[in-house]
Amino acid sequence: MTRRVVITGAGTINPLGHSVDQTMQAMKDGQCGIGPLDIRDVDRLSIQIGGQVKNYDEQAHFNRQQIALYDRFTQFTLLAAREALSQSGLTFNGALADNAGVILGTSGGGLNTQDENYRVVYEEGKNRVHPFIVPKLMNSAAVSQVSMEWNLRGPSFTVATACASSNHAMGQAFNMVRSGMATVMVTGGSESMLCFGGIKAWEGLRVMSKDACRPFSATRNGMVQGEGAGIFVFEDYEHAKARGAQILCEVAGFAMSSDASDIVMPSKQGAARAIAGALRDAKLDRDEVGYINAHGTGTAANDKTECAAVADVFGAHADKLMISSTKSMHGHLIGGTGAVELLACIMALRDGVIAPTIGYEEPDPECALDVVPNVARDAVVDVALSNAFAFGGLNAVIALRKV
Amino acid sequence: MSTQDKIIAILAEQALLAPSDVGLDNSLEDLGIDSMSLVESIFAIEEAFDITVPFNANDPKQSDFDISTVGSIIAAVDALKAEQA
Repeated sequence: MTRRVVITGAGTINPLGHSVDQTMQAMKDGQCGIGPLDIRDVDRLSIQIGGQVKNYDEQAHFNRQQIALYDRFTQFTLLAAREALSQSGLTFNGALADNAGVILGTSGGGLNTQDENYRVVYEEGKNRVHPFIVPKLMNSAAVSQVSMEWNLRGPSFTVATACASSNHAMGQAFNMVRSGMATVMVTGGSESMLCFGGIKAWEGLRVMSKDACRPFSATRNGMVQGEGAGIFVFEDYEHAKARGAQILCEVAGFAMSSDASDIVMPSKQGAARAIAGALRDAKLDRDEVGYINAHGTGTAANDKTECAAVADVFGAHADKLMISSTKSMHGHLIGGTGAVELLACIMALRDGVIAPTIGYEEPDPECALDVVPNVARDAVVDVALSNAFAFGGLNAVIALRKV
Repeated sequence: MSTQDKIIAILAEQALLAPSDVGLDNSLEDLGIDSMSLVESIFAIEEAFDITVPFNANDPKQSDFDISTVGSIIAAVDALKAEQA
């Protein structure tokens, strides 16, 4: 059984906004959501910027008992899921509940909870922590809480493949609906590691920028971390059509690959195999692709390798398509990044607006593609790809098509 | 142990060489130290001398820390020790 899969709901909270509309407006305006970090002990960090979710008050959304169980990454997930499921108009009872599940990506899971509680026992010397630390910090907590809030009783689990987690999760959800294993899947990802320990660990790698994320620019000097969530409702096309659902776009194909070469350095061949694989899976001709949301981290290594992979796969068409990195605006949401970036693909297909790569200062001959520098662009796009290439060489590429 | 001996010991450990095989004129490439070993070496130097080394792995050559040879690293560490004392 092979079914068509469509997206019937989208939700997000991220440094650019607390909803899909706010986020897309910020992308259209080329706004930067990266700024000085407001976290405990920031003065002891050498990296003091990040894409934080702003004006966020957990008590405005959750009660005391919920906050005791919801790490920040779970809170972001639930808020984004509320928006996505509300848009879809779905409720889950009986057979549909049994045939609907949740697959989400995250890398750090409840890292804030771990950080806070290690502090309590090691720094403050206490011998007791809150009883719910384990169900709060586990990587699968967000999946479980979503399944409980919406009565999703089908296949549900968490995917952790570092920076490709969300794309791997969405690829899995796509294949479940396509194959008939599920009718509806709630999918996407979430991350919240902007805490002292989370940033301290990244500092050690020496790949972080102290001032801005400038993907593809010759002046780029590293990545900037962000936080937030993106959640989508993937649904069997016939099911969506029968109930008259609003369809945002079609999920056309997905592919993944492993570099099998290095724990931090990316490989052109591995990336190219995932991109070409997604086109093949979607039965698309490469000339049909109008936009690629790049992995585009702003590191020296990623951006030139990614551009070389795109040039290899697309040949002469590489110079005709647009490729941008919205990480320049929201930062790198690590395990949640592919989910928030999928919004830029939906915006391209549905609204005909291509999100820019902001902070672009100077061309780099090793990134000589149309990176939509600094200003959003109107364009008609029928097919868009979203790239994710993780540390450890785990690659996942999703292909979306206009419906 | 002198600054020079300490740095040579750190680099020798990363390169899996005897300290006597590390010369002042050697480049990191000569010693077989790749980008990951370099980041580990910088960390070990910071810990050994209690200094902060300005180093960005995105563009090691542009950092204000001359890593072209073993000798240049020793000189740069001496300068940072004086600066950050």
